[in-house]
Amino acid sequence: MTVTRKIAVTVNGLRREAEVPVRLTLADLLRKKFELTGTHLGCEHGVCGACTVLFDGVSVRACLMLAVQADNHAIETVEGLAAADAPLNDLQQAFSDKHALQCGFCTPGILMTLTEFLRDNPVVSEEDIKIAISGNICRCTGYQPIVEAAMQVVKARQGNPS
Amino acid sequence: MKPPAFHYFDPTTVAEAIGLLQHNENAKILAGGQSLMPMLNMRFVQPDALIDLNRIKDLSFIRRGTDTFEIGAMTRQRDIEFSPEIRADCPIVIEAIENVGHRQTRNRGTIGGSLCHLDPAAELVTIAGVLDGTVEVTGPEGRRDIHFLAFPAGYMTPAIEMNELVTGIRLPIWSKTHGYAFIECARRHGDFALASVAALIEVDAEGRIARAAVAVGGVASVPLRMSEMEAGLVGQAAGDDLFKKVSRICETIESAADAHVPAGYRRHLAGVLSFRALRLASMRAQKRRAS
Repeated sequence: MTVTRKIAVTVNGLRREAEVPVRLTLADLLRKKFELTGTHLGCEHGVCGACTVLFDGVSVRACLMLAVQADNHAIETVEGLAAADAPLNDLQQAFSDKHALQCGFCTPGILMTLTEFLRDNPVVSEEDIKIAISGNICRCTGYQPIVEAAMQVVKARQGNPS
Repeated sequence: MKPPAFHYFDPTTVAEAIGLLQHNENAKILAGGQSLMPMLNMRFVQPDALIDLNRIKDLSFIRRGTDTFEIGAMTRQRDIEFSPEIRADCPIVIEAIENVGHRQTRNRGTIGGSLCHLDPAAELVTIAGVLDGTVEVTGPEGRRDIHFLAFPAGYMTPAIEMNELVTGIRLPIWSKTHGYAFIECARRHGDFALASVAALIEVDAEGRIARAAVAVGGVASVPLRMSEMEAGLVGQAAGDDLFKKVSRICETIESAADAHVPAGYRRHLAGVLSFRALRLASMRAQKRRAS
């Protein structure tokens, strides 16, 4: 039994159409149908946060949604943070500056989590950042450089580059 | 593909959803999906039909009445967390919801989903218990109310029929001067609580406890209202000695060991957290009364 549906999704500002099995997850839609493999899949049951994307502007775990649920909605993935031929955005650049990634597997999810969080909360403390990224597992960095990168962005966006 | 094959329905009205429930055996209802989707991905559940409520706009609302909040079942945890009305008049809900999973799961997770999943360690389940919530259930014959303390039929099993749908919950509003506290112990922020305690207290002008409600989550197979503890509080002068004494009642809770901790540890935690929650709730009540 393979039930399929036609859907139209706006991904990083581009409207895309696909016919998908109803049981396909949003994460697999992005990775396999749209070949946007920046969204990573770690645990596939909502624990690791690697697959975090923005759904109508709010962060969600793409492994815990069905592709059909994205019909007529807008998704933003890590590929949308900066165009391929453009420089990194400020958050990505801060990750590079502060060595906030080693293997990089968790990075797309953390970038998308922080994209939403820092957009909604421009003035935050280190403690706030730690809670904000508590739903994303990183096995390399020990988190401290990630927190430092986020704080660099917080300060720079307020006009006080560190 | 991770989930098993199923037929997928996304009705736009409650009536349509109930019709689908009546005509599909082995159907599962998909709310926010933050518990069901993992179970589908691991194929712990294999429904023939999945009925997705996310397109039913009528089930997403927060309405303040004179003495209750009515919250639609499909209201996202995020919308509750950021509701200024709930923050002002029912602050214990906010204190609890900040412990529900993570921002990314609260953005999707719904109050109705949490209540129906009925994990005894779930924060919103404990909150519905301490507030004496009333669950609104809709079926083919119309709507009925279930008092939340009668809602769990057993471990993670709500007392509703196969063709019924939880459509909302009503949470009573306490007085402006009530004190509140929700405290939990989890191994990491966002994990399910090993134990949690929700406490509400009103004190009178003499510093005596006029009204108290205490619920313990995560320790027994269903959320517990601590009526004996409440009876031991009302009429007494608020203070650490009293809170210590009544917290000992947690030693009698029937609890089971699991992979994480032995049963006695959860009971111990429930006692420690009860003391802390009562103390904080009482402090806040006295502060709000004074201001």
